[in-house]
Amino acid sequence: MIPLDHVIGLSAVLFGFGVIGVLVRRNLIVMLMSVELMLNAANLAFVAFNRLWPGTDASPILDGQVFVLLVITIAAAEVAVGLGILLALFRNRDSVDPEEASLLKW
Amino acid sequence: MVTGGTEFDLLRWIPLAPLLAAALHGVLLVVVRRTVSQWVTVAISCGAVTVSFVISCAAFARLVQLPDESRLLVDHIYTWIGAGVGSQAFSTELAFQFDPLSAVMTLVVSGVGALIHFYSWGYMEVDEREDKGFQRFFCYMNLFSFAMLLLVLADNLVLMFVGWEGVGLCSYLLIGFWYSDRDNAYAGSKAFIVNRIGDLAFIVGLLLLFWMLADAGHPTVGFQDIERYFAQIADVTLDLPGWLPGGPSYRAVNVVGLCLFIGACGKSAQIPLYVWLPDAMAGPTPVSALIHAATMVTAGVYLVCRMSFLYAVAPEASEVIAWTGALTATLGAVLALVQTDIKKVLAYSTMSQLGFMFVAVGCGAYAAAMFHLATHAFMKALLFLAAGSVILAMQHEQNIDAMGGLRRRIPRTRWTFLIGALALSGALPFAGFFSKDEILVAAYGAEVAGGRWFYWLMLATAGLTALYLFRLYFQVFSGKSRVKRELRDRMEDPPGSMVVPLYALSVLAIFAGLAGFPQAWGDLSWVDIEESNSFANFLAPVLAGTVREPLAHEIEYRLTLRAVLAAITGTGLAWWLYLQRPTWPGKISSSFRRLHRVLVAKFWIDEIYGVLLVRPLVAISDRLLYRGIDAWLIDGLLVNGVARGVRALAANGLRYVQSGLIQAYMFLMLVGAVAIVALLMR
Repeated sequence: MIPLDHVIGLSAVLFGFGVIGVLVRRNLIVMLMSVELMLNAANLAFVAFNRLWPGTDASPILDGQVFVLLVITIAAAEVAVGLGILLALFRNRDSVDPEEASLLKW
Repeated sequence: MVTGGTEFDLLRWIPLAPLLAAALHGVLLVVVRRTVSQWVTVAISCGAVTVSFVISCAAFARLVQLPDESRLLVDHIYTWIGAGVGSQAFSTELAFQFDPLSAVMTLVVSGVGALIHFYSWGYMEVDEREDKGFQRFFCYMNLFSFAMLLLVLADNLVLMFVGWEGVGLCSYLLIGFWYSDRDNAYAGSKAFIVNRIGDLAFIVGLLLLFWMLADAGHPTVGFQDIERYFAQIADVTLDLPGWLPGGPSYRAVNVVGLCLFIGACGKSAQIPLYVWLPDAMAGPTPVSALIHAATMVTAGVYLVCRMSFLYAVAPEASEVIAWTGALTATLGAVLALVQTDIKKVLAYSTMSQLGFMFVAVGCGAYAAAMFHLATHAFMKALLFLAAGSVILAMQHEQNIDAMGGLRRRIPRTRWTFLIGALALSGALPFAGFFSKDEILVAAYGAEVAGGRWFYWLMLATAGLTALYLFRLYFQVFSGKSRVKRELRDRMEDPPGSMVVPLYALSVLAIFAGLAGFPQAWGDLSWVDIEESNSFANFLAPVLAGTVREPLAHEIEYRLTLRAVLAAITGTGLAWWLYLQRPTWPGKISSSFRRLHRVLVAKFWIDEIYGVLLVRPLVAISDRLLYRGIDAWLIDGLLVNGVARGVRALAANGLRYVQSGLIQAYMFLMLVGAVAIVALLMR
């Protein structure tokens, strides 16, 4: 069996990639993908911890796995909204650079 | 002390009727905004006060049926303030009590009040200076009646204080009734502000008393309860700052007594807070009669009598009261001698008579004070209303130098005024004789500093009373007419609605004194000794009063003789000076020019107060409190300054945080999240 440390480590690395991607890339599509990466890193952590405390056969603990399903659902919705905004931005600015959408400021 | 009260549910309607009338006037004035006919206004106002008077009479009839020791009617409406539990429970009730003391006050206030309301109808009708003020006037008058009745019926000090403030407010409103004249508005403000000084002392006294009672385990403000538990705090001492004379340890009852008395000083125009009363004559004459002669100004005397159990064991405070009263009585009488405004003479006279009442309470003769309070209310209301008739006939001329010889022009006014003057100066069968005689007897036996001098001073003041009243009478009604020719032929007595109250008050001024028929005279006449002085007997259960050996009858007769002689001397002197030798007063005043000037200037008390108190106060209020603290510190620094600071900070620095760059926000969010996690894992 793969030890927990490894799985959590992988999750952390994936999360870090996601954060860096969101912060430094200038392309909204890639940023959205990075957000997905972070979410999936979290998913990985959920299932890993669920595996650590599986409960008994009579009463299994499924919280982590259920959470993952929820996160996937929400991620789908988030992507749909995000892509919608992205499309609207592209139509108006001919670009997918988030800096093009920085009018809402002082 | 009276124990156990009988429920009497009508009691609440005594103050409530005028309040409802005032509220109705208010609604008509402010919400409906349509002129109602004078008939309706008068019907509402006079009707309400008459209802009060009728209920008071009913309550009085009920009260006298009860045995002496349980003469107390109560009407509990609801608990106004409730706090604490168990032995520390404290409650202030909205409740009324009607004991002999309240009964006297209530009957005087509602009775004289009703008469004056009727009189005001005619007086304000012919007044053309401010046509729209008719209903406003009656609104304020009703509001005043409510507050005054609340004051005298309240069963605890806090509720009484509500009435106390209410009458002050109405006094202010009515003094400045003709507010378009700036001086009238100032006079109203002066009365209000001077009264505030007294009120502060009243509150301090009230809180001290409550504090001591709470310390003794009986937190209460109800009169009955205070009296019941008073014995437990009678010997408490207080430590006050050492620079006060006689300190540093004081008997608390003296301190409380003096604080309450200072409050009474403000309301009842005693030295040093009397300065507002003469100026209060700026109001319409019925107001002067009702508020500044018959009712409100006597509230201070009522307060002291109400707390008589306290003053009875506070001899030092009582002595201060006696001397303050004596000096005020003398000062008022002396100043009344040189005034030329008919109302101001009466105002100083009121001050002087109030001084007499305080002399009585200071000497422990609380019943005598209440007696003089009642008869004085009749007599002075009569004098003021008669003066009002004179003023109307003179078309608002108030200077007595421009009057003279009015007795043929306005005979009814003249006769009623004469009755009032005779009664107040102490002519034999009239009311003022009996009440003033009682006070002089009390002053004779009083144990105050100065001993007999105190009595002689009061006797001389009684003589002066006759002198200034008959000076006024002769100047106005006798001698050669100094009235302007075009006015002289058009003068006439007021209409019936105004004369009837004058007659009613004349009857009272003549016969009210018989209620206090001196006990010493009992064996002289058909009156049973036990039954004589029924007034004092009636009040005896509720007034503490120091028990003193009654004076020997020969002494009382001698005192009475002296009082009569003083009154006759004063009257005769006035007759001699102002009728027989009309040029003499002018000669006398010019040969004593210095003294005369001092008197006309009223000892420059107003000016001295102005320099010593008013101007520094105004300067402090204006420079420090208003411009310094209010405008600069609070408005400038704390409110606007903070706002300006935040705006400057945001405009120059914080706004750049709002970059509009989504990634910048995310970065900040990350920093924040990391910081929180770091904090949690610390």
